[in-house]
Amino acid sequence: MTAPLHFHTIAELAPLIAGGHLSSVDLTRACLAEIEARDRALNAFITVLGASAIARARELDAEIAAGRCRGPLHGIPISLKDLIDQQGVPTTAASRVLDGHVAANDAPVTARLREAGAVLIGKTNLHEFAFGTTSDDTAFGAVRNPHDPTRSPGGSSGGSAVAIVAGMSVASIGTDTGGSIRIPSAACGTVGLKPAWGEVPCDGVVPLSRSLDHVGPLARSVADAWLIYLVLRGQPTAARWPLPARRSVKGLRLGVPRGYFLDVLDQDVRARFAMALAWLRQAGAQTVDVVMPRASGTAAVYLHVSLPEASAYHAGWLASAPERYTRNVRLRLEMGRYVLAEDYVRAQAARAVLQGEVDAALDGCDALALPTLPIPAPPVGAATVDVAGTPQPVRAMMLRLTQLFNLTGHPAVSMPMGDTPAGLPCGLQLVGRRHDTEGLLAAAAACEPFVIP
Amino acid sequence: MTIEDWLTGACADADRRGLPDLKPLLASLAEATRSLRGAGWDAAGREAAPPGSFGSPAPASEGTAR
Repeated sequence: MTAPLHFHTIAELAPLIAGGHLSSVDLTRACLAEIEARDRALNAFITVLGASAIARARELDAEIAAGRCRGPLHGIPISLKDLIDQQGVPTTAASRVLDGHVAANDAPVTARLREAGAVLIGKTNLHEFAFGTTSDDTAFGAVRNPHDPTRSPGGSSGGSAVAIVAGMSVASIGTDTGGSIRIPSAACGTVGLKPAWGEVPCDGVVPLSRSLDHVGPLARSVADAWLIYLVLRGQPTAARWPLPARRSVKGLRLGVPRGYFLDVLDQDVRARFAMALAWLRQAGAQTVDVVMPRASGTAAVYLHVSLPEASAYHAGWLASAPERYTRNVRLRLEMGRYVLAEDYVRAQAARAVLQGEVDAALDGCDALALPTLPIPAPPVGAATVDVAGTPQPVRAMMLRLTQLFNLTGHPAVSMPMGDTPAGLPCGLQLVGRRHDTEGLLAAAAACEPFVIP
Repeated sequence: MTIEDWLTGACADADRRGLPDLKPLLASLAEATRSLRGAGWDAAGREAAPPGSFGSPAPASEGTAR
């Protein structure tokens, strides 16, 4: 049976809307009905904008009737992670710290989506202030994974990934400081893109760590992520639509990092990754082993950059309203206040080294290929998980394979590569050359049909 | 400052501020700092890139990318 229309991709829906065969009002109503039916259990949304979304959808339908189509996002319901400003709507960052705050203006990315014809359907739940990977430390209650509600959806953009999988919005906008777009995408089975650093403006977005923050899309396909990325970057999509034919997977050269990246993997994730590589090779891609000898030092470097940058932003509230944070987030922010300046500088020097190693690994390759998460979605609230018989901290596991590319600024995308026997999604991460997000997306689009069973 | 001196001072400060739960996190941070300092990144960084070369963003898109 064909899935209901609100579970389809933008690439499928856009021609229907442009041709007047599907109204944005009907599509938006279907998403709102899904929120009404399922969000009490999943907790993906903090704010639902039912009335304004329907009103906007009606305006956009009238434009189509009058012969104006803004491009592929025209009339598409899209949600925003609730640390992105939308004029006149609360921005909570999933924290009581921001109680009563209403955004005075649209963030640039919000304004660009609006101009492109997106219907802004609501603000999604997240790990408080994006400072976590499981979306359970939030003032609005833990977000639940639609594939198994006892499991985390990953984070910090957990509500965004859940909204897409549950048919509550067709796509969503998230942020990624250590993996917060790619992690929930892998845990829930969506496509998540972290563009190259600096390409998409972060103004009007509550920061976590300013030198590591990225804004990007979560979507149902690589093509959808690509279309939204163009809009977020400020590029008109009408002229780029439809997207050019994808490049062939034949001859695509994928670097597979060994050592640190594959040392600690859940056995089901390892099996899915091996199968994805086998399918890609069968389709004509080449895989070559690459090494990044100093990658094992990533976590220590990341900690000494992200913690003090986050704590600096929060210093005022930590002094004036510490009780308004959830306990775990407050403690981690407090920890950052003790990082010495000399160690922050050391960590910045390390970034340059790591950047060079990733560049070298990509030399002669179209992209790097590795799992996004070394584990399937962990149980809600778990502090440790068993990996190959050894207990491992959940937070370290969730960040292990993604945070490096925030430190180096390379673009990276996560796409589904099948499920574990228990039905939990696994993500394949592709990493592209510095400043070449579109090259990465072309490679990902070429791989996509061969890694999704 | 040695890591041991730093940790002693930081834990005392956490106690003084009524945040004893912070002490295990500070101990884990101390381990990470030991790893960072022991990795010799400073020297490697000087060889890898001139000062200030990190993080130059892509050509600016329309708007206010930082």
